[in-house]
Amino acid sequence: MIALIDYGAGNLRSVQNALARLDATCTIASTPEDLTDARAIIFPGVGAAAPAMARLRDRGLDQAVAAAIRNGVPFLGICLGMQLLFEWSAEDGAACLGIVPGTVERMKTQKKLPHVGWNTLEHVRPHRVLEGMEGEAFYFVHSYVVVPRYAAVAAAETIHGVPFVSAIARQGLVGVQFHPERSGTAGLRLLENFLRFADGEAAA
Amino acid sequence: MLLKRIIPCLDTARGRVVKGTHFQQLRDQGDPVALARTYSDDGADELTFLDIDATPQGRATLVALVERTAHEVFIPLTVGGGIHDVDEIRILLRAGADKVSIQTAAVQRPELITEGARAFGSQCIVVAIDAKRVSGKGWMVFTHGGRIPAELDAVGWAIEAQRRGAGEILLTSIDADGTRAGYDLELTRAVVDAVQIPVIASGGAGHPKDLVAVLTEGKADAALAASIFHSGAFPIPQTKAYLADHGIPVRR
Repeated sequence: MIALIDYGAGNLRSVQNALARLDATCTIASTPEDLTDARAIIFPGVGAAAPAMARLRDRGLDQAVAAAIRNGVPFLGICLGMQLLFEWSAEDGAACLGIVPGTVERMKTQKKLPHVGWNTLEHVRPHRVLEGMEGEAFYFVHSYVVVPRYAAVAAAETIHGVPFVSAIARQGLVGVQFHPERSGTAGLRLLENFLRFADGEAAA
Repeated sequence: MLLKRIIPCLDTARGRVVKGTHFQQLRDQGDPVALARTYSDDGADELTFLDIDATPQGRATLVALVERTAHEVFIPLTVGGGIHDVDEIRILLRAGADKVSIQTAAVQRPELITEGARAFGSQCIVVAIDAKRVSGKGWMVFTHGGRIPAELDAVGWAIEAQRRGAGEILLTSIDADGTRAGYDLELTRAVVDAVQIPVIASGGAGHPKDLVAVLTEGKADAALAASIFHSGAFPIPQTKAYLADHGIPVRR
């Protein structure tokens, strides 16, 4: 079963709808217990870092997410759901989950912020979830970007005046800055890749 | 590179499209969901529903329509029309809208922008501005579908909307709207130059060359149009091909 983490940050519905379109059923996980049997986890999120972290801690989900990732459960963080995996966010100076070394910073660009709209993935590193995504356009809405301490975790970059990390990958953990659930057919393909990846990991 | 967005706009009332569309492949031309899906498949970058029926029954139907659309369409959806409080915004976002567009209510009570941005994030608050050139005054804001002058300078109001937390401006030229003679480039550029948030230009598109003009000379981040798409005269793929041929970065 795929668990969709509900911590009151943003619209789960669009992710749920996209999974339904792919004939995947998911459960809404709002307690640590809900995550124990998950064969894959999707961690969505829109909004600001500090209130989101507070809600995760209130529900004990911070520990549960860290444990699931440690145990290698296939994991997809979307937008804020990727950013929260890092150590610290310059948005409200929030301490985050610290699962991926690095920080979240306001994008240093001469271009407009927030970065809203469709932009393309470049330099996509090989990973089953990101297969076929080089040059594809996805829908972004954000002003903050992840700055991984180790370049190896960066799995794709996107250019908005300056290049930034638009996807990360480390074994079963994948994070994307854009919204696959709002990115038309390319987004559905990425989610399908993730589902297939999760199946593969479960079979292995 | 950030791509320029092409956004078809559907006027709806009681769950139906109210302006005529001419898609021969659609059995039910009045069904906004079918039309939304067609546009999405054709490569529209976002969709906007503008509901012109602000009655309570109309509102409930709109919410149901947004829910149905969100099940089938996986590109961003903006919903506007008669939204006047945070509860309405919440209901529409929960139903599956990605953004709401607020206009008259924001002029009447600018705090609504702040409240919406604080509750849901700036990314989902679009402030719609209907502007008309008034001699000696520049561009002035009008509300209630362009009928009532708000005694607000359009450029100043855009700056104020941004300050209050708007994530985007949807700028419609009342003078150009319906003319199919092109967007108001001067108005668009004036607002784009005054704010840092994205500006969606609206009103006046009659040919893909008008979109080229507003996305280059007008400096708009996105172009919204209705009749050129609904009429079937310039389908999205052809429009985007035209834009690409003219050096505009678009999603293909």
